[in-house]
Amino acid sequence: MQNEDIIKTINRLLVDEIEIDEEQIIPSAELKHDLGIDSLDFVDLFVIIENNFGLKMKAEEMAEVKTLQDFYNYIIQRVNPN
Amino acid sequence: MGIYSVIGKNLEEVKDSLYHGRSGIIFDPVRKGMGFRSALTGMVERPALKSVLDRRMRVGLPVQGEYAYMATMEALKTAGIDQSFLDKHEVGILYGNDSSAVPVVDSVNILRTKKDTMMIGSGYIFQSMNSTVSMNLSVIFKLKGINFTVSGACASGSHAIGIGYLMIRQGLQQMIICGGAQEINPESTASFDALNAFSVRESEPTRASRPFDRDRDGLVPSGGAATIILESYESAMKRGATIYGEVAGYGFSSNGEHISLPNVDGPARAMEMSLKQAGIGSEYIDYINAHATSTPAGDSNEAMAIDLLFGKTRPLVTSTKSMTGHEMWMGGASEIIYSVLMMNNSFIAPNINLENPDQDSARLNIATATVEKDFQIFLSNSFGFGGTNSSLIVKKYTP
Repeated sequence: MQNEDIIKTINRLLVDEIEIDEEQIIPSAELKHDLGIDSLDFVDLFVIIENNFGLKMKAEEMAEVKTLQDFYNYIIQRVNPN
Repeated sequence: MGIYSVIGKNLEEVKDSLYHGRSGIIFDPVRKGMGFRSALTGMVERPALKSVLDRRMRVGLPVQGEYAYMATMEALKTAGIDQSFLDKHEVGILYGNDSSAVPVVDSVNILRTKKDTMMIGSGYIFQSMNSTVSMNLSVIFKLKGINFTVSGACASGSHAIGIGYLMIRQGLQQMIICGGAQEINPESTASFDALNAFSVRESEPTRASRPFDRDRDGLVPSGGAATIILESYESAMKRGATIYGEVAGYGFSSNGEHISLPNVDGPARAMEMSLKQAGIGSEYIDYINAHATSTPAGDSNEAMAIDLLFGKTRPLVTSTKSMTGHEMWMGGASEIIYSVLMMNNSFIAPNINLENPDQDSARLNIATATVEKDFQIFLSNSFGFGGTNSSLIVKKYTP
């Protein structure tokens, strides 16, 4: 999967599944403070990411993920490790 | 007051159905396909809340919570209470609920399939607990008072109002959102169907629930939600609120016998206690909304208990379950609303499908057609598995 497609898919899932406003979806947005994604939403993101990308997110790895760009990078790295 | 019921999705629709003796019972082919002995059920469509509540509020809300939200929104509106009032006052919630089957089944199915708890997501825990309704509504409406669920089987909604009444009478709360909710789905009623307790009159769904009739063959499960705003007289006066009725007495008891077979003594003691609490004699009761679910043993025992206490004055008796089916955890609250609607609109709804009384129900004064009648005080019975009994007495408010 191309990186661009991964980003598009993440954006679509955030809008459709977590119901984030489309205009809030900018790479510098902080997941917690700007997008309002709380600890419970993260639990749902685990499910959504596994169902759509076939990969298991690890809670401990998410500690470093602050912004949407960090989240893209994390998923891209897991989907395309090289 | 607010209601979301199989005979109407608001007070006006419900009042009309009650007056015309309209049934909310259907045949559900899904249940038949699943192996139900009886596919009869009360049915109401699921509320569409996507544009009403944000995702976090919806994710943890099971179907009976959605019904309860609808009923509570109407109740707050008719009580003249908005969010700013709730923000400024200590308002509580005591809601009757005694199951939440689908979220339990669905979350365990995910675990069995995926073998990973992380695939269950965040909503099921809040949907699957018995306290799901009070838990969710207290967050949605930002309530700051008493907050728990009352689980007393098919008397849950009635006990919730009774406990609320006691708390307000004690001066511990000025206002409590009380009610009862009941999920409608096959998962929550399958094990009840297994007891041969449901009517199998599948060819005539609207004639299947026939409390007190000689030819009844069981109850019809149903559901929805009912909310009343219970408030101290002083608080209602201060707000200039419309007062729909006054809870005058709450009586309760336990049969101390069989887990599912009813008796006469337990219900009779609950009714007696409610009269004593209300400080009135049995002759003051104008109407009794019976628990009568359309099971031979339950109806007969209640008829005998009513006859024991009210045999001399013979007030009018009906079971609104003839129209709604058995709303179980919700019934004790909804039947207060049904009766208050009748009291404030001067009629008594018919006990439909009563064609031939048996020897016990023949002793009661049961209305089989709509009766135009002004009345001032009613008593509402609710009984449940384990022999739990609740009787509430409500008076008409006259300024």
